[in-house]
Amino acid sequence: MADPTPYRPLTPDTQPPYDAPAYRGTIKRHPKQKLHPLPHTITETTGPRFSAAQFPPLADLTMATGKPAIGERIIVAGTITDEDGRPVPNTMVEIWQANATGRYDHPADQHDAPLDPNFHGDGRVFTDDNGHYRFLTIRPGAYPWPNHRNAWRPNHIHFSYFGPAFATRLVTQMYFPGDPLLAFDPIFHAVPDEQARDRLIAAFDLDITQPDYALGYRFDVVLRGRAATPMEA
Amino acid sequence: MPFATASQTIGPYWHLLEDPSWADLTRFGAPGERITLTGAVLDGDGKPCADACVEMWQSDPPASDVFPGFGRSNTDGAGMYRFTTVKPGPVAGRGNAQQAPHIALCILSRGLMRGLVTRAYFQGETLNDTDPLLLSIDEPARRGTLIAKPAGAGTWRMDVRLQGDGETVFLDV
Repeated sequence: MADPTPYRPLTPDTQPPYDAPAYRGTIKRHPKQKLHPLPHTITETTGPRFSAAQFPPLADLTMATGKPAIGERIIVAGTITDEDGRPVPNTMVEIWQANATGRYDHPADQHDAPLDPNFHGDGRVFTDDNGHYRFLTIRPGAYPWPNHRNAWRPNHIHFSYFGPAFATRLVTQMYFPGDPLLAFDPIFHAVPDEQARDRLIAAFDLDITQPDYALGYRFDVVLRGRAATPMEA
Repeated sequence: MPFATASQTIGPYWHLLEDPSWADLTRFGAPGERITLTGAVLDGDGKPCADACVEMWQSDPPASDVFPGFGRSNTDGAGMYRFTTVKPGPVAGRGNAQQAPHIALCILSRGLMRGLVTRAYFQGETLNDTDPLLLSIDEPARRGTLIAKPAGAGTWRMDVRLQGDGETVFLDV
């Protein structure tokens, strides 16, 4: 049997290190040893398949209870491609976020800001055949966190992607253009490469904006691509 | 050529998406030997990580309508994750190599900017002695961090130490 084609190594500095001390949560949770190399086998080059039939999409987070959530409606849409520019079709995208006041509907979030009974803040969409996805939500609020004095997370939406393989798994966060808190956020700044960092910021997009209804933001994402030629064993 | 999008931490609030049934990979009626894989996720002080998301993937048996191959478990107050799945068999390796039965794990949590990938092998498997990954780890103690131990009927335990003494071998995949 031919060896599976491995996925390409990640480009240096475009991914955050595990040891990112300005984000204090990493101090006791980052490994001190170097990662051990593992040439990809089928364990790494295969991955789960999720179908919309088994995992019903929830693309509208603003009406989860049938009543409108409070806050500024926004549309977030984009394309998921691999590093060769090929669309990643029919892949599951999970999203979760704080509500308009900056509060998560989660027991561990004790920030003194109101919950919205009509907003839970989780969603799931699948890309179409061209790698496009779209969902409707509420613009999340900023919130304080105990990392350092007067620390506030910038407005953000959490994203989870699977792609075709265990090696293409990605969890990230989408930010908003012009957010003054980005300059102070150690999680955003843990990514050393400025260009890689800036790609986490969605772009305001008038074409995605729906007249008289909701502003639109574009957030395109790139998942790892395969090496050009199979690596010799 | 564009490079892959940067990772960011999953944070402490990922449970908004959690469906606890995902930790049971036999929920669709998969045939085969049912096992529990469990263990604690511990930080550099040996304290439990109670807000982690542990994901698993196994390429054997192949995923199907009755077996998703993929699972997700939270960690509880003691840092424990827990999966119910079907015991994997050997898996083809690169070249002519055979890999010992194993389950791939990915630890995502607050304080981890990227997922940490490791594997759980099963103590006592003959193929462990010739598994290419296990053989590539020189120190027996380090190798042992990837080997789940029996912990009662049908139950296997592998703790994951993120840092320090007994630090788990994490994989560059």
